[in-house]
Amino acid sequence: MSFRRANAEPRWVRLLLTAVALGFLALFLGLPLLAVFVEALAAGVPAYLAALVEPETRHAVLLSLLIALIVLPFNVLFGVAAAWAIARFDFKGKSLLITLIDLPFAVSPVVAGMLFILLFGARGWFGPWLSEHDFRIIFAVPGMLIATLFITFPFVARELIPLMQTQGKDEEEAAVSLGASGWQMFWRVTLPNIKWGLLYGVILANARALGEFGAVSVVSGHIRGETNTLPLHVEILYNEYNAVGAFAAASVLALLALVTLVAKTIVEWRMHKETQMLEADLPPEKTQ
Amino acid sequence: MNALARKLAVASLALGLAVPAFADPSLLNVSYDVARDFYKDYNPLFQKYWKAKTGENVELKQSHAGSTKQVRAVADGLEADVVTMNQATDVDFLAERGLVAADYAKKFPNNASPYTSTMVFIVRKGNPKGFKDWSDLAKPGVQVILPHPKNTGNGRYSYLAAWGYALRQPGGNEASAREFVGKLLKNAPLFAAGGRDATTTFMQRRIGDVLVTFESEAELIAKEFGRGEFEVVYPTLSILTEFPVAIVDKVVDKKGTRKQAQAYLEYLWSKEGQENAAQNYLRPRDAEVLKKYAAQFPAIKTFSVDEMFGGWSKASPAHFKDGGSFDQIYQVK
Repeated sequence: MSFRRANAEPRWVRLLLTAVALGFLALFLGLPLLAVFVEALAAGVPAYLAALVEPETRHAVLLSLLIALIVLPFNVLFGVAAAWAIARFDFKGKSLLITLIDLPFAVSPVVAGMLFILLFGARGWFGPWLSEHDFRIIFAVPGMLIATLFITFPFVARELIPLMQTQGKDEEEAAVSLGASGWQMFWRVTLPNIKWGLLYGVILANARALGEFGAVSVVSGHIRGETNTLPLHVEILYNEYNAVGAFAAASVLALLALVTLVAKTIVEWRMHKETQMLEADLPPEKTQ
Repeated sequence: MNALARKLAVASLALGLAVPAFADPSLLNVSYDVARDFYKDYNPLFQKYWKAKTGENVELKQSHAGSTKQVRAVADGLEADVVTMNQATDVDFLAERGLVAADYAKKFPNNASPYTSTMVFIVRKGNPKGFKDWSDLAKPGVQVILPHPKNTGNGRYSYLAAWGYALRQPGGNEASAREFVGKLLKNAPLFAAGGRDATTTFMQRRIGDVLVTFESEAELIAKEFGRGEFEVVYPTLSILTEFPVAIVDKVVDKKGTRKQAQAYLEYLWSKEGQENAAQNYLRPRDAEVLKKYAAQFPAIKTFSVDEMFGGWSKASPAHFKDGGSFDQIYQVK
């Protein structure tokens, strides 16, 4: 460990900058988080617990988790497939595909929700046909799944594309040349190489799926105990002057976010460690 | 009878028995956001009544959000059996699209509004600026908080209440009303996005001297912020706010739930339904029930939108559509 200074800034400048950054974090992240719990507990612990076990709040928690649980496998499937295609092959329309993957980031979630109303709503393109055959998509769970899927599409792919591009295809080619089948190569070579990146993307997508408000709000219909996710439930309780209920539900969301944050940190740490190990293990002839 | 026919008969009998067992009729009531407390109490009352009357269990589902957003969702396919709203414009929107009967207001008594409320003032404890009537809101140097008159129910009722008050003053006419409301709007430092937002602005951010809101909402404010924080002031004259209910014909005909939907809404006018309204600080239509709860509903002179403005179908374009009186007044500012 050397004590040579990395820059020439005086000590007080560095301290000031650090203080500004930390103060900013405390003010804009720490304080609101604290406020959520203070408000939730404003009427005492029993009122807080009563608000949490309220059937409608419980249902909202379960529905949010269910939506995330269903959406995430699709994200993995799509993300890996898209990243694979983009990182390993050259084809016409590749840049178009990359742009399309980013589309959900560019489109406002509310607009995304409205697009699905235009497609599946009663006056939408497929609405009359769906209604005739008694399929309910909009204002029911399927619509909320579609909306969440749309919003969370980019996360896994965006995480994997640069990773797979830097890793290159040498190891995979080696596996195939040694007689591995496509699946063997995928399970034994590709997947182990990308697993932490994949998990990282899944965690981000999960956080977004749980917290999504705009798009889901448009297609939900807000039926209590049926199509109300946790973020929607928070807003409605607040609008009904039920502050304790609203902030109790918000505290569950905050806790889920904290769990996500911890998971994310662990994954980041493992990723970092693994790259370090790889670098250390690198045989000298390969470094050239 | 051969074996196959017997099997079929048994199967159809089993189906016949099985279907009603898990096909209790269910109704979806799509409603505005602060109606939840009311229907949370009302639904069990109706379920008990309906079970006693017909032996049938009926499942009741609720959807609450901003009322304009709600009717939009119904028009886009949210399968509401009934809508229970806080202003006629929203139900009219569905009537125009053929989802509810054009004459929905005549399908139930009292303009299809089982209970009413009125616009009142919320002032700071002790009423330091001495608000007594609408005229005090138009005086220079006071700040009035109300939701946006163009696109919220609260805001529209507040606007029309002030307009109607001005019309009823000695020598009042269209021009004087326009001037009066213009002065009042000048005292609004901002327009809140909705009733709840206006309350937060006034109670939590402590902006403004007076908040215009529904009488029924004053009780919700007390529930959240405590009674010691504010006072309710009743003006000499205010607007009668109606809460129309309607059956969504398209949905009940498809689902076969017309009978239950009809009974569900009719029961709002029963003694139990009316008492429930009073307990939720909504003025019951039933004179006896109103008398019983007289202490919580001070007598106040009111006018309805129909009496003063010839109905929402006239009031909306005249005041709130693009180029209406609001746009004219507010541009002058």
